[in-house]
Amino acid sequence: MTHISLKVDGTTYEDDVEPRLLLIHYLRDRLGLTGTPIGCDTSNCGSCTVDLDGESVKSCSLLAVQADGGEVTTVQGLAHDGEWSELQKAFHVRHALQCGYCTPGMIMAARDLLREHPHPTPDEVRHGLEGNLCRCTGYQNIVRAVLDAAEQEVTT
Amino acid sequence: MTEAVQREVGRARPRKEDAHLITGQTNWTDNISVNGLLHLAILRSPMAHARIDRVDVSAALERPGVIAAFSGRDVAESMGSLPCAWPVAEGTVVPDHPPIAVDEVRYAGDPVAVVVARDRYTAADALEAVEVDYTPLPTVLDIEGALAEDAPLVHSDKGTNRCYDYRTTDGDYAAAKARADVVVTRRYHQQRLIPSAMEPRAVVVTPLAASGEFTLYSATQIPHVLRVLLAVTTGIPENKIRVVAPDVGGGFGSKLQVYGEEVITLVLAKRLGRPLKWTESRSEANLATHHGRSQVQDIEVAARRDGTVLGLKVSLLADMGAYLMLLSPGIPVLGASMYPAIYKMGAYEFSCTGVFTNRTPIDAYRGAGRPEATFAIERIMDDLAAELGMDPIELRRHNWIRHEEFPYTTIAGLTYDSGNYEAATDKALALFDYDKLRAEQADRIEHQDTVRLGIGVSTYTEMCGLAPSRWLGEMRYAAGGWEAASIRMLPTGKVEVITGTSPHGQGHVTSWSQIAADVLGVPFDDVEVMHGDTMLATQGMDTYGSRSLVVGGVAVHEAARKVVDKARKVAAHLLEANEADLDFADGAFCVKGSPEARKTIQEVAFATFASHDLPDGMEPSINAEHVLDPDTFSFPHGTHLCAAEVDTETGAVRIRSYVCVDDVGKVVNPLIVEGQLHGGIAQGIAQALYEEAVYDEEGNLVTGTLADYLVPAAPDLPEFVTDRTETPATSNPLGVKGVGEAGTIASTPAVVNAVVDALRPFGVRDVRMPCTPERVWQALRTGKEASA
Repeated sequence: MTHISLKVDGTTYEDDVEPRLLLIHYLRDRLGLTGTPIGCDTSNCGSCTVDLDGESVKSCSLLAVQADGGEVTTVQGLAHDGEWSELQKAFHVRHALQCGYCTPGMIMAARDLLREHPHPTPDEVRHGLEGNLCRCTGYQNIVRAVLDAAEQEVTT
Repeated sequence: MTEAVQREVGRARPRKEDAHLITGQTNWTDNISVNGLLHLAILRSPMAHARIDRVDVSAALERPGVIAAFSGRDVAESMGSLPCAWPVAEGTVVPDHPPIAVDEVRYAGDPVAVVVARDRYTAADALEAVEVDYTPLPTVLDIEGALAEDAPLVHSDKGTNRCYDYRTTDGDYAAAKARADVVVTRRYHQQRLIPSAMEPRAVVVTPLAASGEFTLYSATQIPHVLRVLLAVTTGIPENKIRVVAPDVGGGFGSKLQVYGEEVITLVLAKRLGRPLKWTESRSEANLATHHGRSQVQDIEVAARRDGTVLGLKVSLLADMGAYLMLLSPGIPVLGASMYPAIYKMGAYEFSCTGVFTNRTPIDAYRGAGRPEATFAIERIMDDLAAELGMDPIELRRHNWIRHEEFPYTTIAGLTYDSGNYEAATDKALALFDYDKLRAEQADRIEHQDTVRLGIGVSTYTEMCGLAPSRWLGEMRYAAGGWEAASIRMLPTGKVEVITGTSPHGQGHVTSWSQIAADVLGVPFDDVEVMHGDTMLATQGMDTYGSRSLVVGGVAVHEAARKVVDKARKVAAHLLEANEADLDFADGAFCVKGSPEARKTIQEVAFATFASHDLPDGMEPSINAEHVLDPDTFSFPHGTHLCAAEVDTETGAVRIRSYVCVDDVGKVVNPLIVEGQLHGGIAQGIAQALYEEAVYDEEGNLVTGTLADYLVPAAPDLPEFVTDRTETPATSNPLGVKGVGEAGTIASTPAVVNAVVDALRPFGVRDVRMPCTPERVWQALRTGKEASA
């Protein structure tokens, strides 16, 4: 067991974990933060994408101990006082989700993309989301949503 | 007077169901946890075909944290064979299908043993301690080879790999062929696909030991059907099983199933008296969630020189995989009615042989039989046009059913109620700028450009609204196709709609709210829609085959009309008027000519709740239920056009533009319809260009993860231009036709037609799917059909 300390969605957690425990299982099974789902075991689908210290990471490919001392944001930490983030609003308005399984990862990856490219072209959005698979939307409405959110100057 | 209520049907409403999904307040099956929960892991066969000589779970049982472990033999007596509900032809061979293999494994991924442990890591680890001795048996992997006389047998007790033969004919094809100027014969291959819903399968069972009741949560499309068949399979009474489909992360047919894992989890939860969870990894999903397509299609079309199609002959070999799942034999035959598509022709012959192979079972995947049919007819119509030197659009125009000819009964025996192929095609051609692209294509040919342009056409129709129960019965399907809806008018005026459909991304909560709000004249936000729980939605046939709106949505409409009819009686009584003298508009009953004499439907609901003053003999309820069993199908159609650039030096294909105009009848929510089309088109393009389940010579799945199986990502797909025409269905009061599978059905042939169109000047007549750079390059080298 290894001791870790981690701030997740604004709350600091202290835990002893097996060194092999994946960050996604720590979030889901230990902290009960089930808003982030698991879609694959090879880090190809991106459903489990979360933000770790300002970078989007695939939490199925990272050990919980590797995140020790860090700050994690999940999709559950995006809305403030019941107010959705611009990306969340844009996904809703643009119908950028159907089953919604990829959506938390998609939103977290898009958030990172907009941090680096605040005014992306449609092609830049497509390439920026290359690591996140969606089986429902054909991506078009996701691209539209991210472009809409970019217009709202989402930079944080 | 209140302001007129805005009609909901037709509005592009963002979905109610988004709120919890985009904030992570989700209820996926794998999110469910209860006290005392144990985790189940499954050991799977590493071989495609082998005798099981010994399974020893004792070392696994010694691991700390392991609670139980079982071989197939340990549990065989408490689990019946997994069901096949569609033995489509007389004499269909239905092999025994144990949820865990007992004596023999028949595909790589077949469950062999299970371990139950306190946590998922321990369970997964303990699988390594299970010892299994196998004696390898010869495998049969090839669809055609399976029928060879000396082929190894997948099920030796059946003495054959032939599952069934199905045949249907209308008209005299031989005579049509004899009269023809041109006969085009082709063999097309439908590669094996992995449906790849983003949420892997998951099951949680919570037993209530004292009463013998079980709640089974499953990432399933079919909670109602599943409940019935779990009862049949396990012997647990149906009224002791509650099935809940919580949030379900996509299905595309792959969750339209009764899976061994569901049976195993239920039976072991019963045996252990503990709540159990099984969650699939993606590698397991690729191995053991059912696959789709996998057919060899021999197709022949006979035509006159002027382009008139005289007859069509189709002969299929359909891979069943190692076992029959719920619908396996019926899927290719479901397409039988669709091969003649939108065309008038005088003769039709269809035959299909189902074969067993040592590969993952095949069952429904988005479109289920209809994409395969549409691909073959739309590919061969292009090939016929090329043979005749006609424009492919002109050939279609020459043969299709004209809008004034509806209703029209096709050679396959279906009566299409309405359609307008001319309007959809003309609109699509204009949006696509067809003539300009043809000119550019010619220009590139003239200049020997290394990057060629191809234009692909697909004018599809499909049969939705599965199904008329009588038709299903004639097709030997075990169940009906009706759908149930009920509406509860609450005392406060709010409304609950309970639907037997079980959505997993299709937006039923929003669309059904729109339908109910319009009929009842209540605000959209006052309507809640409940689904996916057999305790709540007690009757249903669930969601698949683009049937939900056409059957389930119309059932909601009809239930709401019944509510209004009942409420009218109460309102007339309260207003001391004759029913015939009441108008109902904007949610209120008014006495004709006296607008001040008025009762809203909410007031009627409260009056009924109070029941102080109801008409004599009336039950104190205006709630209503409707179970709808339609007389016929509905037939959406459309025209999809694809322009593809093909690099003749590298074989790379790039879709330059994609335009479609679909006619799905009356549209309830344009936003949702567009979304369904986008997703469908993406899956169809994926079949055309990217996806294939590949096995090696020993029968190991080579594409076992998302690193090897190429589900397209955002940069792989183009921007789609979608538009529509609206020709209402005449077969239902809403005029709706269904949309979920349209994109997938239409897009695959449009894309492959474009690729082949680009390569025709090089003598290429076909490229086998997926049209990867390697296959395109090989086709260019050989100047004829490329084979894998």
